[in-house]
Amino acid sequence: MKKVFERPRLLKPATFHFCPGCGHNILHRVIAEVLEESDFRERAIMIAPVGCAVLAYFYLDIDVTEAPHGRCTAVATGIKRAIPNSLVFTYQGDGDLASIGAGETLHAAGRGEKVTTIYVNNANYGMTGGQMAPTTMLNQVTTTCSAGRSAEREGYPLDMSKILASLPGVCYVERVALTSPANVQKFKKALRKAFQYQTEGLGFSLIEVLSTCPTNWKLTPVDSLKWIEEVMTKSYPPGVLVDRKANRGDSE
Amino acid sequence: MKSSANKVLLSGNHAVAEAAIRAGCHLYFGYPITPQNEIPEYMSEHLPKIKGGAFVQAESELAAINMVLGAAATGRRVMTTSSSPGISLMQEGISYLAALELPCVIANMVRGGPGLGNIATAQSDYFQSTRGGGHGDYRTITLAPCTVQEIYDLTQLGFYLADKYRGPVIIQGEGLLGQMVEPVELKEPDKKDLPPKDWALTGAKDRPGRMLRSLILEEGILEEHNWKLNRKYLEIEKKEKRFESFRMEDANLAVVAYGSVARIAKGAIKRVREEGLKVGMIRPISLWPFPGEAIRKAAEKVSQFLVIELSCGQMIEDVRLALAGKAEVNFYGRPGGGVIPNPAEFGRVISRNYYQKVRKAR
Amino acid sequence: MKAKGLIRINSDGCKGCAFCVEFCPRKAIKISDQNNAAGYYPAIFDEEAGCTGCAQCAVMCPEVVIEVFRE
Repeated sequence: MKKVFERPRLLKPATFHFCPGCGHNILHRVIAEVLEESDFRERAIMIAPVGCAVLAYFYLDIDVTEAPHGRCTAVATGIKRAIPNSLVFTYQGDGDLASIGAGETLHAAGRGEKVTTIYVNNANYGMTGGQMAPTTMLNQVTTTCSAGRSAEREGYPLDMSKILASLPGVCYVERVALTSPANVQKFKKALRKAFQYQTEGLGFSLIEVLSTCPTNWKLTPVDSLKWIEEVMTKSYPPGVLVDRKANRGDSE
Repeated sequence: MKSSANKVLLSGNHAVAEAAIRAGCHLYFGYPITPQNEIPEYMSEHLPKIKGGAFVQAESELAAINMVLGAAATGRRVMTTSSSPGISLMQEGISYLAALELPCVIANMVRGGPGLGNIATAQSDYFQSTRGGGHGDYRTITLAPCTVQEIYDLTQLGFYLADKYRGPVIIQGEGLLGQMVEPVELKEPDKKDLPPKDWALTGAKDRPGRMLRSLILEEGILEEHNWKLNRKYLEIEKKEKRFESFRMEDANLAVVAYGSVARIAKGAIKRVREEGLKVGMIRPISLWPFPGEAIRKAAEKVSQFLVIELSCGQMIEDVRLALAGKAEVNFYGRPGGGVIPNPAEFGRVISRNYYQKVRKAR
Repeated sequence: MKAKGLIRINSDGCKGCAFCVEFCPRKAIKISDQNNAAGYYPAIFDEEAGCTGCAQCAVMCPEVVIEVFRE
């Protein structure tokens, strides 16, 4: 028998600190797998967020920097402008990208910065114990909206992928629900495409991942997968929101 | 730019930009704010023409300082500039830059505050720069020019010190200095030995990945890191204090002032000297590390100090700390970015102080 | 039916999330009733269940504790 699946080389031996059944782990592993392809690793510079994924630099054997909360895409802009040939990607949760970082996210995308963002949406603030996020859906209960989010009291959630997909500087946005092996492969393909588009200089790319947070959702890991499928995808439908390269091809 | 004998007429703002470019800083991220807009405008013209150069007008100063952080992480020279309210927005970033030990230069063309204030010159950001406006135990080298030539020279020195000590350096300018136009000799920066940037994120080709982090949760390690930074700051305090002495040889009254105030005070001192008043001045050039020893040494012969600032009194605290009660310290301030004082006004203040404090004591 | 595949689970690193149990098409994995040193109830592999080495378990495993072998 030959080995057909093993730990990627670029994933350091450290044990993940994430909760059982967390989507971050899977994402980190798939990122490691994709980075082993082509010359991605030697060009890659990652910006880690503040959030559960703040320790990304302990797991991936590439150049990684921390950023202040929400500022990943501004830091990414600085890096990409300094080394235009680098493969720059941010990895951010919903608080980091859509709340405190909303301005930086919008403008980096608006400027068409040639960087990639992996946007991990689990509809709450995981690291700090499950508070409301801009992605928390109406009627969803969190520690800062214990009666369930209401439009009247807390306002509406933000669909950042939809907003960003409308900007001309954004070349590719896809949303994936990380709920099955098939969808994990979908994420892998999307990431590869985003890195390729960045290498071709097409603009800003973003992959939103609907990801489990069993601890704060107070569900088992397997039930968390189901909750994404049955509840989250209604507010955040998976699919390609924009792919300007493909569309450009069609219109010519 | 035309020049003869390598001297050109430049405004302070343009001197910051030109000094940076000639020091090899070809990356600039900033946001418009009066009275320093000439800097981003100049950079936006020149940097795209340089190979590897980049200019980004960021969406805010908050974004700008983070872009600086990113570029600094790659090891390239980078700067931003702003004025007081914008520098407030950058404090978080400065704390991170200090913690991550990333070199960069930040120029503050100080204006009246607090809040939105006005767009005129002031010196009310002394605390912000020297006491660390951001959180945590860190210091930033802060250099205060008073001529356009000095703006040019200190900006270049700023890049050198930033690389030497791995941290952010602040050029404490003022609205007035930014607008002033004077001849500048366009010196090339010294190519002294600087440590290699073996921490820079450049893509992990043929080497393990590098990380830059300031979150240090492991027990005891953050304490170690703080002491390590502290040792660096102690070394800077030993080696990088800068000041100018003016007519101090026989002074009975020492004025302590920096920046534009020092320029004006020089004119005032020349006048009162003609009337026989023995006044001198110590002009701190590095606000941090503050040249306290020079002031303490002067107190061996001088028992009266007069601190003049365009604020309600910030540097005076460092003067008092340095003197530790050895001499009397008085203050004259014009806060709020008001009318630029002239030598005659300062002359009156100095004279009055001299007659009250020095002559009376006799 | 002779198995064409085989997996090895490092049960010390398993956090018992049961994704592998959920997605194994041969139902070849179940949760142990003995906890590991970290206090989790890890997944264990049934060699007789006809594993085909499809690696769905490993693809879904958050802790990367499953190695997959195939003929």
